[in-house]
Amino acid sequence: MTAPYGEITRNGLWNNNPALVQLLGLCPLLAVTGSVVNAIGLGLATTGVLTCSNLAVSLVRRQMPDTVRLPVSVMIIATFVTCVELLMKAFTYELYLVLGIFIPLIVTNCAILGRADAFASKNPVLPSLVDGFMMGAGFTAVLITIGAVREILGQGTLFADMDLLLGPVAKDWAIPVLGADYPGFLVAVLPPGAFLVAGLLIAAKNAIDAGIERRRSQRVRIVTGTKRVRVTGKIT
Amino acid sequence: MALMRASSPHARSGDSTGKVMLQVAAATVPGVLALVLYFGIGVLINIALCTATALACESVVMKLRGRPVGFYLRDYSAFVTALLLGIALPPYCAWWLPIIGSAVAIVLAKHLYGGMGYNPFNPAMVGYVVLLISFPVDMTRWVGPAEVIQGAPSIGEAFALVFGNYNVDGFTRATPLEIVRLNESVLLSRLYEMEPVLNQGTIAGLGWETASFGFLVGGLFLLFRRIITWHAPVAMLVTLSFISLLFYDSGSSLSEGSPALHLFSGATMLGAFFIITDPISGATSNKGRLIFGAGVGLLTYVIRAWGAYPDAVAFAVLLMNFAAPTIDNYTVPRTYGHKRPRRATDVEEQ
Repeated sequence: MTAPYGEITRNGLWNNNPALVQLLGLCPLLAVTGSVVNAIGLGLATTGVLTCSNLAVSLVRRQMPDTVRLPVSVMIIATFVTCVELLMKAFTYELYLVLGIFIPLIVTNCAILGRADAFASKNPVLPSLVDGFMMGAGFTAVLITIGAVREILGQGTLFADMDLLLGPVAKDWAIPVLGADYPGFLVAVLPPGAFLVAGLLIAAKNAIDAGIERRRSQRVRIVTGTKRVRVTGKIT
Repeated sequence: MALMRASSPHARSGDSTGKVMLQVAAATVPGVLALVLYFGIGVLINIALCTATALACESVVMKLRGRPVGFYLRDYSAFVTALLLGIALPPYCAWWLPIIGSAVAIVLAKHLYGGMGYNPFNPAMVGYVVLLISFPVDMTRWVGPAEVIQGAPSIGEAFALVFGNYNVDGFTRATPLEIVRLNESVLLSRLYEMEPVLNQGTIAGLGWETASFGFLVGGLFLLFRRIITWHAPVAMLVTLSFISLLFYDSGSSLSEGSPALHLFSGATMLGAFFIITDPISGATSNKGRLIFGAGVGLLTYVIRAWGAYPDAVAFAVLLMNFAAPTIDNYTVPRTYGHKRPRRATDVEEQ
């Protein structure tokens, strides 16, 4: 049987997006999305951990007794988080300082444990790997979107301080979107701004889904003359 | 013979939301006049900008929600929200402050929660607080009363301040509450002699006390018209007086100000009669209103005395808005015929 990679991808990026649909990992989502660079940094770290932990959990899924399933998963996740933390310390030290406690806190990100338990411990290695990566990518995409909106509204810039992540090449990437003398809408940088932007994104996703659903239901015509006598639920 | 089958109430007063809101708006007139008299036409510019934005936002949102626009504009609730926000904003602030504030108030605080009647927080106060924490510098620059700064800005200057890049710093003075809060060196009696804003006034600073008195008069009008009840305002004012008397310590340099200062300066009177009497975001029973008002009074003093912001009514109101559903739950009146009140949190007996 070939694994449904297309469906895994769609689930991770849209239908079952960890940030917009499962509403998991909201703590880092809201805490570090003040700018694009923070969002990308944390998104990459989370994606790395999620992919690796899904792979590892899937590898040992037959050896894991049910009684210690969660402790084993947490140990595996913690190991990869430590790896990521050391890597960030070595290569992007300033960004590591900016993100601070939220890098070690990836261990407690429910999205990661959720995927390990809900997917990787029940599925073969390759689908688990793809699932981890796609879930991470979906999470990162939302982080970056929120980060971009909050950075534009809060500071009037986009891609400021990208050199923290990408090195001196990205020194001048900052785009003053709203002009140099923009006063800064402080509430966008503060926690309420994160809640507002995340809420509006969820609303936008639901609106898009509802629009797609409406268009589809217009296209599909109900075949007349069905022989079913009793039907409950949605008829399409 | 046709039987009357309409359900109660059978006697109606003929008051519609629109009529009530217009009377609330009319009741702010004395206070607004006093503000204009002492601080100039900046107050009116704020109110005009807020009203225009609020009505525009209300129309757009109602259009988007597929509701009749005219019907909802005629209940004047958006107008009252804009009016209260315009009064609360510092006069001669840059034009985008009132616009952002009332857009936030109408779109985020009111309609995202379901519109008129469903908003858990007072929209005007949400707009004010969003502005205050976003633009603290602009929001804490109050012009001094006209007598203190040798004449309020002229009409030309006013428009240059609001729409141009004219700097308001030449006209600003510390508010009475700020003066007393930041004072750490002299006795209050000495401070009242030194500071022009305080020594030209009677009890709580020139201009401020008159405006507060104006809002008090407007509030009494609302009480007389039975649009509001006495519970929340009285509870707030009594609590605020009591706790400020407690910490007055007869006016040392570390004193946080006399009860008169706290009652007749800042937004106390505006808050007591126009903000916390909001029937939507406040508590609903009379006992609940007493608790709600007392909480606002207490928090106002705590934030004024030991917080970082110059005034506290907006924060206090929002914090108590949070608490209002809980207060309501524990102050449900006993229904006639029942032994005890039925609370939403009661466990149903099987």
